[in-house]
Amino acid sequence: MKESLFNPVLMKELKLRFRSFKSFSGLMFYLSVLVIFVSGFLLVFTQFSGSGFFKPSDSFAMFSVLSFLQMGLVMFITPGLTAGSISSEREKQTLNILLTTTQTSSQIIIGKLLSSVVFLILMLVAGLPLYSIVFLFGGVSPGQFITTFIFYLVTLIAIGSIGIMFSTITKRTIVSMIATYGAMIFLGGITAFFFFVGFSLEQMSMNQSTANLTPFSPFTYFWASINPGALMLTLLFPDMQEALAEIVGISLPIWIVYLIFYILVTVFCLTIAIRKLRANMKSNR
Amino acid sequence: MMIEVRELTKKFGSFIALDHLNMTIDEGVVFGFVGANGAGKSTTFSILATLLSPTSGDAFINGKSVVKEPGEVRKQIGYVPDFFGVYDQLKADEYLDFYGACYGLSEKERKVLIPQLLELVNLSDKRYEYVDLLSRGMKQRLCLARSLIHDPKVLILDEPASGLDPRARVEMRDIIKQLKSMGKTILISSHILPELAEMCDEIGVIDQGKLIAHGNVSEIQAQLQGDKHITIKVINEIDKTVAFLEEDPFVSSIEVLDGNEKVTFIFKGSPEDQVKLLRRAMEAGLPIYAMMEEEKDLEDVFMAITKGADAK
Repeated sequence: MKESLFNPVLMKELKLRFRSFKSFSGLMFYLSVLVIFVSGFLLVFTQFSGSGFFKPSDSFAMFSVLSFLQMGLVMFITPGLTAGSISSEREKQTLNILLTTTQTSSQIIIGKLLSSVVFLILMLVAGLPLYSIVFLFGGVSPGQFITTFIFYLVTLIAIGSIGIMFSTITKRTIVSMIATYGAMIFLGGITAFFFFVGFSLEQMSMNQSTANLTPFSPFTYFWASINPGALMLTLLFPDMQEALAEIVGISLPIWIVYLIFYILVTVFCLTIAIRKLRANMKSNR
Repeated sequence: MMIEVRELTKKFGSFIALDHLNMTIDEGVVFGFVGANGAGKSTTFSILATLLSPTSGDAFINGKSVVKEPGEVRKQIGYVPDFFGVYDQLKADEYLDFYGACYGLSEKERKVLIPQLLELVNLSDKRYEYVDLLSRGMKQRLCLARSLIHDPKVLILDEPASGLDPRARVEMRDIIKQLKSMGKTILISSHILPELAEMCDEIGVIDQGKLIAHGNVSEIQAQLQGDKHITIKVINEIDKTVAFLEEDPFVSSIEVLDGNEKVTFIFKGSPEDQVKLLRRAMEAGLPIYAMMEEEKDLEDVFMAITKGADAK
């Protein structure tokens, strides 16, 4: 049982990752950003607010900004960890040997993805002591905290899959990096832009119309529901979900669409990666 | 037979890398694959190693099709590519352990096998060294050990001695001889033809994607027997000797060398015709005191065969 669950690619990747200085410097960078932010936040709210107290509402504000920051860091770090996973093997001329072993394409791709996911989970876990400050001051429910972490996980697995797909279909790591960061810009920025365009058009048509129309804008809803920032907003501030429902005329919580969309992205990207790993062979076995 | 290549064709766009290649290799044979750069050696090896699909045709390793059963073929082969890299920050034993795990060997099996393989390739003392710090020759031997970890029946070695210094080449050759004695079927390509002649039971010459000669070294050399370069040494009567040779239908390109002492010519007849020529020369009273046939090594054979193929 133990042997059947054992993925040699995953074990090798973890071994190499934890022996690399780059991994520790990355982890240090991540924690440093969080420490600087939390210290700065505490300093601002206790020293300059005049009262010298840190209220539960301030604690919730810190949790909210920390959650956005962590989502941003996940979106920034994940492509760097996954976009070179296959292309760097190709560049180092180790891929052909790996492909002549009895490891299937799925085992290789899943091993590569899991090694990145495990490292990112380590990063998130390493940041937990900083999060615990929030609990020290109160204002955040454990449910909210767990939900946020589940969505980090869904997002990082999807982004990791995008990185691995580009790494498999492009020959060079640099091209794969650019493509994956391009996808991040699309998901994080372009979708927000499209949402605001859709929102503005909807407002204009509502203002011009004399009849009392019920708004219905599925595209605007879709762009909001696949945007990680919009998701965090609705998770942290449920009122935002209601406001969005009034604008677009769809009351379905956006986390449902987000979850479905990112699971589909993961499945699609991993399927492409598995099929294209042995691109020169007609069979993927 | 252990390897069978049947009408194997590979096209890259309009370029034909392999053109209906056919060959068979029996079990336990060391087969040398000879050809100029771009002749199709590495393409053939890549197809046999299940890294590349043929455009048409098929190849079988121990009866398993590389097209239909690539997973089964991978269990049968150990592949050493012409260029390969190693993972930084992995030690020699970890390197072998990783590939052993990739072939589905249990931890217990790997623990037993790894010291044996390192011993086989004379790297026991480098067991705990980082792989990227090993010399090229050592990396090559480690890669060979890696290809043996799952005890494959067939070894596909693409230029295993390229870029190695003479000592490393000799070590590599000795290991291959040892593997041959273990009954492995070995398919090997090299540019160092005399080494191939020494190691291989059979040679295949590939040119422009076609197998233009196949057989043991002496058989291939025999293909050139109809075009032997012969030198004879005579005392004084050089004109009479030349006149005698000019009358023989199998003799051509007569040249007199070294101040009327030596005559060289090309003889196209069989060994029996050569005996008859010598007998008639004796009967004619020619003062011949030496007759030598120019030795042709594998390089001459290769040059002659590929030149012939180019001319076609």
